[in-house]
Amino acid sequence: MNFSEVFKQSNQLCKVSPDGKYLATCVQYRLVVRDVNTLQILQLYTCLDQVAHMEWSSDSLFILCAMYKRGLVQVWSLEQPEWHCKIDEGSIGLLSSRWSPDGRHILNTTEFHLRITVWSLCNKSVSYIKYPKACQKGLDFSADGRYMALAERRDCKDYISIFVCDDWHLLRHFETETQDLAGVEWSPNGCVLAVWDSCLEYKMLLYSLDGRLLSTYSAYEWSLGIKSVAWSPSSQFLAIGSYDEKVRILNHITWKKLIEFEHPATITSSKAVVIHYLISDEIASLPVQVTVVKPDLDRANPKIGISAVAFSADNRYLATKNDNMPQSLWVWDMQRLGLQAVLEQTAPVRCFVWDPRKPRLALCTGNAKVYLWSLAGCVSVKVPAEGNFQVQSLFWHGNGDSLVLLGKDQICLCYMHTSSCSVPVTLILSK
Amino acid sequence: MPESSYEDINIYAYSTMPPSRQYSQSAMPLLPVSPYSGPSDFCTEENISECMLYISQELSSLGLPSIFYDLNGIRQLDVMSTLNRMYDLLQLHRRAMGVVEELEVEQLKVSSDLHCQQLTSSKLKDQLELSKKENVRLRERERQLETSMKMLQTCLKNEKEEVQKLQNIIASRATQYNHEMKRKEKEFSKLKESLNRLLTDKKDKKQGMEVLNYLGRSDGRRSQWKTGKTDGRHEREMYKTLLNEFDKHQKELMLENAELKKVLQQMKQEMVGILSPKRHSQKEEKSTDFTDQQIPSDDEETSEMSCEHAREKLTNSIRQQWRKLKNHVENLDNKASMVQLGKEVSEEMISKQLHQEEMERLKMEIQQCRDFIRTQQQLLQQQLNTPCDEETAAVLNDCYMLEEKERLKEEWRTFDEQRKNFEMERRSFTEAAIRLGHERKMFEEDRATWLKHQFLNITFTDQMKMKTQNSLSEYSVQEQKHSSGPKTPL
Repeated sequence: MNFSEVFKQSNQLCKVSPDGKYLATCVQYRLVVRDVNTLQILQLYTCLDQVAHMEWSSDSLFILCAMYKRGLVQVWSLEQPEWHCKIDEGSIGLLSSRWSPDGRHILNTTEFHLRITVWSLCNKSVSYIKYPKACQKGLDFSADGRYMALAERRDCKDYISIFVCDDWHLLRHFETETQDLAGVEWSPNGCVLAVWDSCLEYKMLLYSLDGRLLSTYSAYEWSLGIKSVAWSPSSQFLAIGSYDEKVRILNHITWKKLIEFEHPATITSSKAVVIHYLISDEIASLPVQVTVVKPDLDRANPKIGISAVAFSADNRYLATKNDNMPQSLWVWDMQRLGLQAVLEQTAPVRCFVWDPRKPRLALCTGNAKVYLWSLAGCVSVKVPAEGNFQVQSLFWHGNGDSLVLLGKDQICLCYMHTSSCSVPVTLILSK
Repeated sequence: MPESSYEDINIYAYSTMPPSRQYSQSAMPLLPVSPYSGPSDFCTEENISECMLYISQELSSLGLPSIFYDLNGIRQLDVMSTLNRMYDLLQLHRRAMGVVEELEVEQLKVSSDLHCQQLTSSKLKDQLELSKKENVRLRERERQLETSMKMLQTCLKNEKEEVQKLQNIIASRATQYNHEMKRKEKEFSKLKESLNRLLTDKKDKKQGMEVLNYLGRSDGRRSQWKTGKTDGRHEREMYKTLLNEFDKHQKELMLENAELKKVLQQMKQEMVGILSPKRHSQKEEKSTDFTDQQIPSDDEETSEMSCEHAREKLTNSIRQQWRKLKNHVENLDNKASMVQLGKEVSEEMISKQLHQEEMERLKMEIQQCRDFIRTQQQLLQQQLNTPCDEETAAVLNDCYMLEEKERLKEEWRTFDEQRKNFEMERRSFTEAAIRLGHERKMFEEDRATWLKHQFLNITFTDQMKMKTQNSLSEYSVQEQKHSSGPKTPL
């Protein structure tokens, strides 16, 4: 593994362009665009204020920089550095800003979620969408970028509007059977919309693209409900992580529960092939106790339950994190529908991401190491940077060849060797 | 009873009576003055002295003084003392009667008491039975009540736990609601502030976008006006996407279905195969014959049909076969276990022990055969290696070469045959050649005569003749080439 030198960034704003060629970072009010391989600075732009949010357009030609305090959005062109665009929301304020999938419209959510303004970069048209819902994930674009699902709330009722991103035509508008809609997510095939209720009620609704309700799923009543949701890349499974420390997998044929994954504090099963790693290069033998941190149940949004669920790119594995056991990461085999491995760290896991190509997991715990897990073994590598580089979050480059590590105000790239096998494989996993 | 006491006395009296006397019994209980007379009297004129003696003896035995007085050694009957004795006897008798009466009364009393006691005892026994039953019943009830109490206690515990859980849930929901409320309140206050600001702020910052130049669409096309047609187009595209997805889905499901059906068919056939050889030897032939007939027809039909009916048939037949297989295996298990216990051995089944013995025997046999083969090999080797005299060597060599000789003979024979064939063929060919030669000669002669005729019959021009001769010769050559049949002389 090769590590690049360390560069500055602010606000954890560092994104790789969709075509994988460029790396954009924000340093205070400057936008720096580098080449991903050589890390040479290609372009440098100056914004009017400290950048709060930065995003690449889908065609990798434009970059959006949003400054929420000032209510400004600036768009920069990579091909034509002299091209400029500035959107001022004025006194209405700016809460969030994002690109549309075609890379030619910008959706600004105004303060207090009063409305969403759709600015067009192609013509002078401006569209407004009223009553967007202020929730965890109220807006989602389908994977092919053709449709947008938006959660709305009117007269104490939740609605969903489906827009065609081509010309922002309202395709469908229907009421949902939720008490307090918390999020919407398209399935990767773009035909099913998953809608879930807030944590006060466990309710998952599945709507077809044309607005028909396909199915409702509710595992239990009264206790705190859904905490995290993830679709499998093939749209076959929907994983729902909830506050009762279980992940339930729904299948796409009947939309009924396929299996329930539990996260017990003591792992004893010998039926499921469970291999327990300790990232101090040991495999612990069963039975094994997982470190549990008892949460304070008197506070809202308690630190209990499955807060993160992620499928691997080949659909084969599912990684989950139970907030009750913040130092462990659970990896499940979707073919066997059983536990594959439990990765226990010495500190709470801060971030974990699957490799976009291979079934390989990268995670960090806030120390100076990067941990990689795959079926062949486990690796922990220390970031060779001077000073104190503490890895707070990370993400993969689109081709799975490199990792971008983000510290508090620094970034570092980690290149995987694909040809020469210089990655030390410390553990062999087989049973 | 009174009679018996009388009888006792009578018997006693009878036993001590002088043998010549008969004594008749009296049925009257009291001292009657029973006029006895007649020949059966105790005392008659003849035996007065004996009677007197007897009576005095009896009296003395009773403890009464004698009735006689002794005067000069002769016993004389004293009437006074006799009367006194009689009186004494009467008194005794009366007393005895009184005692008897008392005893009788007492006996009556006692018997009635006894009777009473018996009645009471039976009553008490009944009461005891009843109370025992009552006791058992009460105990039973107590037990039931205890169990129900335990159950109620567990229910209570469960309910308490449930209540606790619900309380926890309520508490967590309450904290969540409070949190949300606070958040909303904060947002509301921010909104109020912003509204205030807007109302008081004179300068209204306008919303707008500045751009150097507008960009083209990302897909390069020009944007279209929003009309009903575009709406329709959007609907169509949406449905098209959905339909494609359904199609893909359906294809996958059909493939899966086909695979599963194949697997089921295979399973069924295998199960039939496993069960059929055993079925004939078992008693359940009658029932299985029916299914035997069914199976071939099933196979033909279900491979093609995909409707509900065929599916059901297939799954039902699989279930049937599986049940039979299960029963069969269970039977085998039972038989095996029974055989182990030594209870039943049927012809087909051999006990595990026998089986093992058989195995051992076979293994021994195999070992023996192997040893035998090894010794044979050794001997053979010895034979080959050891030198022996010429005769035997020659014989041996002959033996070794025998096979080769045989083979050679065969080959010679085939070779001879082939040679003969070739000879025959050659002969036939030569004959054919000779015949051909003959024919050719004939043909040449014919040709010569024909030419001669022509030559003799030719007219004027030599060149013409020459030409015709040439052409004729050509023609004849051609003729010769073409025709091989009978040549007609011109």
